[in-house]
Amino acid sequence: MSEEFEPNIVGFACNWCSYAGADLAGTSRMKYPPNIRIIRVMCSGRVSPAFILKAFQMGADGVLVTGCHPGDCHYIAGNLKCEKTMGTTRKLIDVLGIGEERLRLEWVSASEGSKFADVVTDFTNRIRGLGPLSGKSQG
Amino acid sequence: METAEIRIGVYICHCGINIASTVDVDRVRDSISQLPNVIVSRDFKYMCSDPGQELVIRDIKEKGLNRIVLASCSPRMHEPTFRMTIQQAGLNPYCLEMANIREQCSWVHEDREYATEKAVKLVSAAVAKVSLLEPLEEKEVEVRPEALVIGGGIAGIQASLDIADAGFKVYLVERESSIGGHMAQLDKTFPTLDCSACILTPKMVEVERHPNIELLSYSEVTEVSGYIGNFHLKVRKKPRYIAMDKCTGCGMCAEACRMKGRIISEFDVGMGKRSVPYIPFPYAVPSKYTIDPENCLFITKGKCGKSPACKDACSSDAVDFEQKEEIVELDVGTIVVATGFDLFDAREKPEYGYGLYDNVLSGLEFERLVSSSGPTQGKIIIDGKEPKNVVFIQCVGSRDKSVGNEYCSRVCCMYTAKQAHLIHEKLPDAKLTVFYMDIRAFGKGYEEFYDRVREEGVRYIRGNVSEIIKKGDRLLVMAEDTLIGEPVDIEADLVVLATGIVPRRDVKEVANLLKISQSPDGFFLEGHPKMRPVDTATDGIYLAGCAQGPKDIPDTVAQAKGAASSAMTKMARGKVKVEVTTASVDAFVCRGCGRCVEVCEYGAPNLEEVEPGILVSQINDSICKGCGACSVACPSGAISMKHFKNEQILSQIAAVI
Repeated sequence: MSEEFEPNIVGFACNWCSYAGADLAGTSRMKYPPNIRIIRVMCSGRVSPAFILKAFQMGADGVLVTGCHPGDCHYIAGNLKCEKTMGTTRKLIDVLGIGEERLRLEWVSASEGSKFADVVTDFTNRIRGLGPLSGKSQG
Repeated sequence: METAEIRIGVYICHCGINIASTVDVDRVRDSISQLPNVIVSRDFKYMCSDPGQELVIRDIKEKGLNRIVLASCSPRMHEPTFRMTIQQAGLNPYCLEMANIREQCSWVHEDREYATEKAVKLVSAAVAKVSLLEPLEEKEVEVRPEALVIGGGIAGIQASLDIADAGFKVYLVERESSIGGHMAQLDKTFPTLDCSACILTPKMVEVERHPNIELLSYSEVTEVSGYIGNFHLKVRKKPRYIAMDKCTGCGMCAEACRMKGRIISEFDVGMGKRSVPYIPFPYAVPSKYTIDPENCLFITKGKCGKSPACKDACSSDAVDFEQKEEIVELDVGTIVVATGFDLFDAREKPEYGYGLYDNVLSGLEFERLVSSSGPTQGKIIIDGKEPKNVVFIQCVGSRDKSVGNEYCSRVCCMYTAKQAHLIHEKLPDAKLTVFYMDIRAFGKGYEEFYDRVREEGVRYIRGNVSEIIKKGDRLLVMAEDTLIGEPVDIEADLVVLATGIVPRRDVKEVANLLKISQSPDGFFLEGHPKMRPVDTATDGIYLAGCAQGPKDIPDTVAQAKGAASSAMTKMARGKVKVEVTTASVDAFVCRGCGRCVEVCEYGAPNLEEVEPGILVSQINDSICKGCGACSVACPSGAISMKHFKNEQILSQIAAVI
């Protein structure tokens, strides 16, 4: 493997829009860096701050949460709840010294395969630029 | 709770070479076999094939497996397949977890080393989660034997008739005052030259007479809630200002109207005029008049002569200015979306002079001009004369990135051929020229029809028109013949633009209303482009016609029948399996704060007083949709989301890193 820093990125994708968008990126054979590992949840509103903290604690260098566009949520407004939760989580991880830029929330619809690939590529490059999350405690 | 030892079987699919060419399947299999509780780890060429599924079934029986991991394509593709497989072997279908190593790994990465490493992590996460999965009891809900069809064009009409013929009640909601849609505006239909009205009218009348169809015309769906089996809807019936039960359709109101002949007819796309009280076309269904509130003097100004002329003229006392809009509430089991399309607005291509020159017409305007029910009774008259030179331009607003429409509209090649034929039939001496990019005559009998039209003398020139300018009282069409590489200028007294099909202006609002998605072209997104072409991602909602993408009439009718059949399948069985992945409360941990009640969009949690002064949340799992928001909001950790429990997701997080 290359000597360049390869970050660990955990992705959360809602079943209805973003996970389908990620699948579409695959079906369309779009390419993006392999650093991200996606965990499927039914709704981005299911993503608890505890999951984000656990990811960083386990050694993630970045966390990407993706959900339906506002107004498109399969569960009416789970994505907006997620936006609120992620807002506070971002402040929290900043206080913890992780840095808020390591957590990103994006809206990706089921038809936005190329947007998904672009977002992942961009986020991976950003995190690569930030370098490894220092002072992380394993386990 | 099950306490038996966890015995996991892991199956890694090659998917031919789809996975195996990028992911080292052998290495994944070997690494995974080292994980705790993994009893077997195997790879196979096609796991979804019969032998693949047999392999799983045999292992479950012979090795006593009780948890299964499938590392293959997306769970959105084959989770239902493999749930059925393990169920056949006697396992609970929820004891399965899938690792998506195709769509989200082998297909998006090129480096074999990285892709293999990632696949190992994804499969490890699935193993971690499956160890913690619990069997869940499947649940069925009843499907109401009623369907809603939105849109009364040929797609909605056909879907309604099929569903109604099968014995189910249909509510057909149409926004306009009559059903019929765009097909009612067409003159002849390609390639058979059937008169559009002649083949459509009997179906429209059948809709009106069908005992199982309730037609809600001049109405719009405003609210949709619920889920497959039990959708609850609100429909707004706009006031017609004419009592449906009294109107005889005699037309005296329209004759008497002070604005008679001064209102632009939408049905004739601006080619004809109407009164304020109108029926859009002679064979409208229902054949009842509607007073157009935007142009009515009495409604807009409060005064129309001494008293409204229409009211005075109506012998059955049907005119009723007191009519108010009405909200109708309906419950249905399934929904068919057949909301149709709009035509591309050719003003977005200013080089063609549409909207500037009266003798540049859109395809639909020409249909009205040539139609015997149109403003000229089918006589092709432009500026008081019969045109001698007619130019047709293909692909206006289609296959054109400059206007944001990359797709082919699929009907314009053929409707242009048909329109050229109709002119040839009525004006045999007219010179007819078609400018085209490619001719797409793909349907049954289409190529033959295109050949016939060329034999009739229609000249096809391959090339794009760069500009149309006025030359005296005629038009000069300037283009390049790209086959011989030379400019061509043609003088014309009529230009017909083959305007393409675009999504409805309010497609976004309808998508939001129904919680269905759009594809990048703006049309509604089907469940799968090949295998689920009439489904949406939402169970119980089906697509028909141009709402899903441009189509001709045969394809529209076929898809409408498909959508109707999908709806009927659910209603005929009367029951459907629903997700059982709902939230549940640990009553001992719950402190009754009510955050779950606040956060739930559906009203599933409720605080119950279990003992005097002690509140505990209880979740009604037939209302719960399983989004998991309450589980995030719960400060005491009392709520868990079945199949997506905190510990299950946390185990995945630990395993993927």
